[in-house]
Amino acid sequence: MKLYDIAHSRAGDKGNTLTLSLIPYDPDNYPRLLKAVTAEAVKKHLHALVEGDVLRYELPNLPALQFVCQQALTGGVTTSLTMDTHGKSLSYALLEMWIED
Amino acid sequence: MVLVQQGQLDYLVLECLAERTIALAQKRKRQDPTQGFDPLLERRIEALLPHLLANNVRLITNMGAANPLAAAHKIIEIANRLDLSVSVAAVTGDDVFDQLSGNETSLETSKPLAESGTLLSANAYLGTDAILPALATEANIIITGRVADPSLFVAPLAHAFGWSLADANQMGQATVIGHLLECAGQLTGGYFADPGRKDVPDLAHLGHPFADVSPDGTAVFGKVAGTGGVLSLATAKEQLLYEVMDPSCYITPDVIADFTQVRLEQTGPDQVRVTGGRGTLRPDTLKVSVGYDAGHIGEGEISYAGSNALSRAKLAGSIIQERLGHQFTDLRIDYIGSTSVHRTSFGTYPDPYEIRLRVAGKAITVKQAALVGEEVEALYTNGPAGGGGARKYIHEVVGIVSTLLPRTQVQPMISVLNSERLKG
Repeated sequence: MKLYDIAHSRAGDKGNTLTLSLIPYDPDNYPRLLKAVTAEAVKKHLHALVEGDVLRYELPNLPALQFVCQQALTGGVTTSLTMDTHGKSLSYALLEMWIED
Repeated sequence: MVLVQQGQLDYLVLECLAERTIALAQKRKRQDPTQGFDPLLERRIEALLPHLLANNVRLITNMGAANPLAAAHKIIEIANRLDLSVSVAAVTGDDVFDQLSGNETSLETSKPLAESGTLLSANAYLGTDAILPALATEANIIITGRVADPSLFVAPLAHAFGWSLADANQMGQATVIGHLLECAGQLTGGYFADPGRKDVPDLAHLGHPFADVSPDGTAVFGKVAGTGGVLSLATAKEQLLYEVMDPSCYITPDVIADFTQVRLEQTGPDQVRVTGGRGTLRPDTLKVSVGYDAGHIGEGEISYAGSNALSRAKLAGSIIQERLGHQFTDLRIDYIGSTSVHRTSFGTYPDPYEIRLRVAGKAITVKQAALVGEEVEALYTNGPAGGGGARKYIHEVVGIVSTLLPRTQVQPMISVLNSERLKG
């Protein structure tokens, strides 16, 4: 299934770093996300966008995952030549990722 | 306005200062010392002021931008014109431009700041300690320049409840409250809707959030009944994690906040209770946001539609690449409708009916930046068939880097101004 089917996300930016939350609609799906959506898997999925490392933080209380993608915004909000300089639309790039049913 | 009239507020916070805004405001201030604050200040204050006074709501805002003192004078001028009794406190001291040599290390590049380009502005992120003296006065309006966004909310809480700034757990919870409120409508569904999946009612009349905070820091978030939007666990989770790097280590001038133990509970329709924010003692340094001249960006766009649109756009793109590639160190070609915002497409999608070619190039001078639009426009007579709707743009670019300054080198100050009616 696509992550879009079971989770929602919002992107944020800090300089050249992109943050992506991943929040299951149903908290019961959190363990599934924990297992399938590793930092490595996200780095692989977003390889065309993220030049640096991807770090994953776990927030079991919410529950949610937070991904911090370094060197992901072609230099950062203020000087990037891309259309979406903040990378705000990239939440939906993460949700395009497929995981096993 | 709805919040001021119907929200039963004690404090209204307007956070209006994006990273780059202050550098642009600094440029305006250099041209005219009475300017450099938020261009919308006059309109907003004129509309709000009578209602703030009638409802006994104090306003805290960073609309002072590069010139809080001039903004305070402007507010007094409005109050005098409306014959209202108003006191304004301006918080200054964030402008540390004169204290920087340019040799300080940039956090982004690890090189001296000055190597990024001609420096335009430098503003330290002030914290709650800078705002509290203003709240201790009778000021109806507290106007600041660069202040950490959550601190605009932490300060009135600390003032009202007498919280110690040394109580890191209390500051951590207050920072969670500020962080949830600082993007206003983003907490109440203003950046959430996805039709059929995440539906948000009446976005055209979105209600902005308020927090009802108890002396122990427990916060119940809500919005005024009858307004549009939605406040749910899902909207609160998205906002809690928004722009957060390490959720156990969210650094502000007030605290190193820990969001990992935060508990969210839906306590009613459009009502969420938030507890569990914690923290450790504030850092010894303040972050300084530094604006620099980053030259210009030239852009050009042209559309192709119907059969083979993407191929015609790609042919146009290759022509531009050949003609401009060697003249620009940084040139970008996007196919809007296909791969522009995600810079790639995930999986295979059918070719879209129409495509817009977009070219952007970084340049030092306006003249060089203009080449981009000129070349795109030339596709009308030197490019593929059926190109239409060419547009060209040039903008000046202000880049932002940052550095750290020891807290002791930053001296916040307040200035209080009163309207004629108050003095009389």
